[in-house]
Amino acid sequence: MKSEVLSSAPKARLGMGSIISHTFLIIFSLIVLFPFLWMLDTALKPDADVFLFPPTLIPNPIQWQNFAAVWTYLPFGRFIINSLIVAGIGTILVLITSSLAAYAFARLRFFGRETIFVAYLGTLIVPQAVLVIPEFLLIRYLGWVNSYQALILPGAFTAFGTFLLRQFFRTIPVELEESALIDGASRLRILWSIILPLSRAALGVLGLFTFIGFWNNFLWPLIVVNTTDMATIPLGLQMFQGQHGTEWSYMMAGATISVIPGIILVILLQRYLVEGITLTGLGGR
Amino acid sequence: MMLREPDTNTSAAGQAALARNVRTRNIVTARRRMRRLMWKEQGTAFLFLAPNIIGFLFFTLFSLVAAFGLSFFRWSLLSSPTFIGLNNYVILFTQDPVFHQVVLNTLYFVFGYVPLNILLSLGTAVWLSGNIRAKSLFRIIMFLPVMTPAVGVSLVWMLMYDQNGIINQLLYALFHIHGPNWLGSTTWAMPAVIVMSLWYGFGYNMLVFSAGLQAIPRHLYEAAAIDGAQRWQRFFAITLPLLSPSIFFGLVLTLITSFQVFDQVYILTAGGPGTATTTLVFYTYQNGFVYFHMGYAATISSVLFVLIMLVTIAQFALQKRWVYYEV
Repeated sequence: MKSEVLSSAPKARLGMGSIISHTFLIIFSLIVLFPFLWMLDTALKPDADVFLFPPTLIPNPIQWQNFAAVWTYLPFGRFIINSLIVAGIGTILVLITSSLAAYAFARLRFFGRETIFVAYLGTLIVPQAVLVIPEFLLIRYLGWVNSYQALILPGAFTAFGTFLLRQFFRTIPVELEESALIDGASRLRILWSIILPLSRAALGVLGLFTFIGFWNNFLWPLIVVNTTDMATIPLGLQMFQGQHGTEWSYMMAGATISVIPGIILVILLQRYLVEGITLTGLGGR
Repeated sequence: MMLREPDTNTSAAGQAALARNVRTRNIVTARRRMRRLMWKEQGTAFLFLAPNIIGFLFFTLFSLVAAFGLSFFRWSLLSSPTFIGLNNYVILFTQDPVFHQVVLNTLYFVFGYVPLNILLSLGTAVWLSGNIRAKSLFRIIMFLPVMTPAVGVSLVWMLMYDQNGIINQLLYALFHIHGPNWLGSTTWAMPAVIVMSLWYGFGYNMLVFSAGLQAIPRHLYEAAAIDGAQRWQRFFAITLPLLSPSIFFGLVLTLITSFQVFDQVYILTAGGPGTATTTLVFYTYQNGFVYFHMGYAATISSVLFVLIMLVTIAQFALQKRWVYYEV
């Protein structure tokens, strides 16, 4: 009984059970990490060694030039630039449009607010895959096939972002805004200099998920892009697979490049992850 | 001084009347100002909402209606669309030999993947909520796959699943088993896709559940421990009920997304071998953008939408039975 109470203390005591638990956790984490390690490992191998048995765990010789070689097969630099443009502009648009709409739903009184909000929220369960055919026809009608606006705009107006920020804005005390309102500050000014600075965690989480969503998206670029120079990284990788599907070292070099931003963003924004999920009610509470 | 007194009295009465007057006038102007402010607020609200809602109406709501509308047409993009009534649905349900297989494949994936995902994410979240050092490091590691492109990581899984890949090499080295050609076998291709998807997706729910676990008050566990409740008793009596809203949330979202599995199928198996891993979204894609049967593709995606709606409604109907909300 006493030890149970003690064990809820923040610092872990290294008993026998604890050592076993940590050991299994480390093994499990290594299994989770393994595909990434194998990706990098293969990317640095000579192509002939890819299926060697027993496998070479440390490539010999280490072929850094595989990464450079990917560039000569396909315009990989171009894919990266396209992905950065699409994910970057897309994220900025989502953050702007969502925070404006979320502020209106959270703070402004207007006719039919709750009804509009609930209807808007209902569309959250509409699966993106269902919209792909008509969205493509719309883009085709507008003459936007193979363009940045085709890659960005359909994903730039989300009910999800509005919902997430609205939930968060409502946790901010109204009193903070009242003095600014009396001083004659506009709503836009209040949103910009009071609400948004207090919502960094929520904005961080929304921005992170939006950026990654655009960066990782495959189905939509596959449909609206048909030339290499407009391809984003996932589409570029698929094109590479289609053309040089057996050259695993190069393919893995490309795959490694594709996973790097996500990994970096998670490490940089890790503080916001659990906090953001808790704060925004993403955890269902 | 004495003479002035009544004077001040009348002036006091006058001032009171004046004040009353001013007050009523103030109320009237305040009301008018309020009304003006309210109208102004309506205007502001409209301007704030416009960018999001207009874009949303255009791309989401319009598309949703159009998706159903298109399912009543035959349209190959080369000619103009022809209205054919319910013909697409008739063909889909009675004549298309692949469609039944595709629905079964999708259900196989969903009912294989979702329960395993919830178990794995719940298990790891609870495990990490105990006495673990460097918790956030482990959480980050498990969350990493979620944030990477499915195409990129599918490629490495394809390499690992190869007949001569590292998985079969390990199976041989450890157990002397000759592993199958995972992705080329009608039996093993779907389990292989499910395992890869589990690795790819469980970290998200793990994080959602971790956030939920952090919100459970510690004193409940302490009280239960003092009362002599065992570890598993505490899990079933405290953790599970208090976490059930998070689990419900994770379950609903995971079901919705798993019905739409596409990327890993496209890269790992391209729907094969044969049609063994062709799922509804993959079949929609094939019909729309390989065969250019736009109307037929819209029909398949409409069926998918109805299927997802039914499952989601069932989830919400069933939640009363097991989701515990604190009042």
